Amino acid sequence: MIHRLFPGLMLALLLGFATMGWAAIESFEFDSPEQEARFKQLSGELRCLVCQNQSIGDSNAELAQDLRREVFEMIKEGQSDAEIVDFLVARYGDFVLYRPPVNYTTALLWAGPFLLIAIGLFFMIRFIRTRVATTDGVGTLSAEEQSRLDVLLQTPAKDEHT
Amino acid sequence: MVPELGHFALILALCVAIVQATVPLAGTVWRVPGWIALARPAASAQMLFLVLAFGALVWSFIANDFSVAYVAQNSNSALPLEYRISAVWGGHEGSLLLWGLILGGWTFAVAMFSRRLPDDMVARVIAVMGLISIGFLLFMLLTSNPFDRLVPPAPDGRDLNPLLQDFGLIVHPPMLYMGYVGFSVAFAFAIAALIEGRLDATWARWSRPWTIVAWVFMTFGIALGSWWAYYELGWGGWWFWDPVENASFMPWLIGTALIHSLAVSEKRNTFKNWTVLLAIFAFSLSLLGTFLVRSGVLTSVHAFASDPARGIFILAFLLLVIGGSLALFAWRAPAVKSTGHFQLVARETAMLSGNVLLVVAMGAVLLGTLYPLILDAFALGKISVGPPYFNAVFVPLMAPLLLILGVGPHMRWKQDDAATLLRRYRFVLLVSVVAGILLPLVAYGTVTPGVGLGVALACWVVGGSVVDLGRRVRTSRGLRGVPRSYWGMTTAHAGLAVVVVGVTLTSAYSTESDVRMAPGESLEMAGYTFHFDSVDQVAGPNYDASFGHFRITAADGSQVARLNPEKRIYRVQTMPMTEAGIDGGLFRDLFIAMGEPLGDGAWAVRIYHKPFIAWLWLGAILMGCGGLLAASDRRYRLAVKSAQAATVGPVATAES
Repeated sequence: MIHRLFPGLMLALLLGFATMGWAAIESFEFDSPEQEARFKQLSGELRCLVCQNQSIGDSNAELAQDLRREVFEMIKEGQSDAEIVDFLVARYGDFVLYRPPVNYTTALLWAGPFLLIAIGLFFMIRFIRTRVATTDGVGTLSAEEQSRLDVLLQTPAKDEHT
Repeated sequence: MVPELGHFALILALCVAIVQATVPLAGTVWRVPGWIALARPAASAQMLFLVLAFGALVWSFIANDFSVAYVAQNSNSALPLEYRISAVWGGHEGSLLLWGLILGGWTFAVAMFSRRLPDDMVARVIAVMGLISIGFLLFMLLTSNPFDRLVPPAPDGRDLNPLLQDFGLIVHPPMLYMGYVGFSVAFAFAIAALIEGRLDATWARWSRPWTIVAWVFMTFGIALGSWWAYYELGWGGWWFWDPVENASFMPWLIGTALIHSLAVSEKRNTFKNWTVLLAIFAFSLSLLGTFLVRSGVLTSVHAFASDPARGIFILAFLLLVIGGSLALFAWRAPAVKSTGHFQLVARETAMLSGNVLLVVAMGAVLLGTLYPLILDAFALGKISVGPPYFNAVFVPLMAPLLLILGVGPHMRWKQDDAATLLRRYRFVLLVSVVAGILLPLVAYGTVTPGVGLGVALACWVVGGSVVDLGRRVRTSRGLRGVPRSYWGMTTAHAGLAVVVVGVTLTSAYSTESDVRMAPGESLEMAGYTFHFDSVDQVAGPNYDASFGHFRITAADGSQVARLNPEKRIYRVQTMPMTEAGIDGGLFRDLFIAMGEPLGDGAWAVRIYHKPFIAWLWLGAILMGCGGLLAASDRRYRLAVKSAQAATVGPVATAES
């Protein structure tokens, strides 16, 4: 594997995005449309390891071609998605997955957005409460009176200095 | 000679930047009018030297001066002239120079178009922009000089990356950089206001048009990049959640939050600290984006280590800008009091909720983009974070945002009534839900919950605007009475709805076929027949191409389009490139790309039918035009005069 991987890796590193313009197009014969759909789903979620951030479905690097053929054959053999993914992770590690697995190193990654929204909501509600609370003190005015007062309060801003 | 002049101009620009950053600022502290007055001429001089430096680099490219290392790396004598010019920003050093030039341009614009603003305010803003310029010019001169000579000179250049030899790449980076750097104006206004200790409605009003214009550039820049990826990369995708894309998307999200928050700060004198924080983060993320893309850290954290000088400079600069401005914020912010109060049901609440959702969305994108780098840096393993993650976290945040967008902008400030709102918008709500289910069902025969939701939310956003527009026309003096900023808002929001329709429908109903085809064969897909007629060999200026001839016919046999996808081999880098043939339309694109020759004259061919994909870019154009409409509202021009009256004396921070 190494002798094949190496030139691709060097090429990807040297050219950066270079390999991107080279779309992967080939034709596989599937037994059923379900198999084809599974193949497309899987090849979009597996990373071409030598490319700069491309799925094996998008890349035409040799490694990606090999992996596509391998995934295609495993689907034809009747293996499940989980079996195929497990096989590739065993060989290449989690790096091959665009959908990172949930484990202790990725806990923060998956929990992060929930934490962020919780923090955001907490501060937002706290802030709104202070705004609403301060309004209660002047809440004796009707809405119409309040808006008139606002108009009056806004204009003298200039007068302060004249 | 010319490269040395460019180098010298760059050094002079640095000298001017140092003066520009220090003297006017000192002048505002010690009240020396002469020093304050230096700000504008300094901005002009800096612009002049940056134009000279940039011109020298352009000249080196046009003259094929391969004794300049950067030219030798990014150009070739066979490269057509327009690409020799765009190759100036095709690499690290040149794009930094473009960044510097654009910063000079924005500073110059601030100096020119702020004649009616108080001089000391302008002096502070220009000084802050000078500080940023010092950072960039030092970075260029110390680690990334585009004028470095190559001894002995190269006989010919290594050529521009073929991927970048395209119209989209001539326009995309300058557009995006105009946005990135444009946020430096909002940043400078915020920092200047913090230094002065005066954060009030006039500050918000002054920075609003600048921020909106920067946001417009960024919107167009991102849309151009996405369009370029669609037609040039050759596999029909339009957004990949690639770190490079995320790097531009994050400041855009924060910039979007910022222009809304600025509106509240101006009109209601509240959210002011939040607005300042957003201005700081929008620009910090712009810097982060520039460096993430340019430092090579995305390819591998080890690229960072291989050139420690650049890496350390970048980290130090980021730390200084972000840390410095946050420290200033922490010092000044507690004194800022917001006076605007509001009830739970009010436009302020809607604006705040939208802001929180945008910021959380940015946080999620940032987390997903940096997480693999951080894990790798701490040797905790290598993982990939890709589209499955980003779609899973981003889409659920956008749905509530669109829900708020349907009614939020049409609520009253301070206090509105939930029952009245429900009565006013229940019809739109009903129509949207029905449309979400029925429209896809009628057009495509199937509907999934995701598609229904997307279409319904888009209808809701547009419907809400229509109802409100109707109310405004009835209560004010017809259409004429509606201010331009209101049209801008409505257009931009409608643009977002159009994007949502495009994303939803093209994701759900695209059909794709990867087939082996030989000349003379044809394929039927989505009601069209694709005929493969022939392949020619064609020689371009710096590439050789296999030039395909395809015909597309409709079900009744009439011809729809002739397309010519190409497979190019660029001679210098011997790199194959796919040029797709696309027949664009308002409701669908037909897309053909040629892959590898498979022997016997047959080719691997990819054919797409992509419904509504044009709506992505159409929507982005609408959003940008909305921004331009809003920024050109006459109130900004009138406001300057009245604002000046209010700022004769310094307003105490505690009151503002």
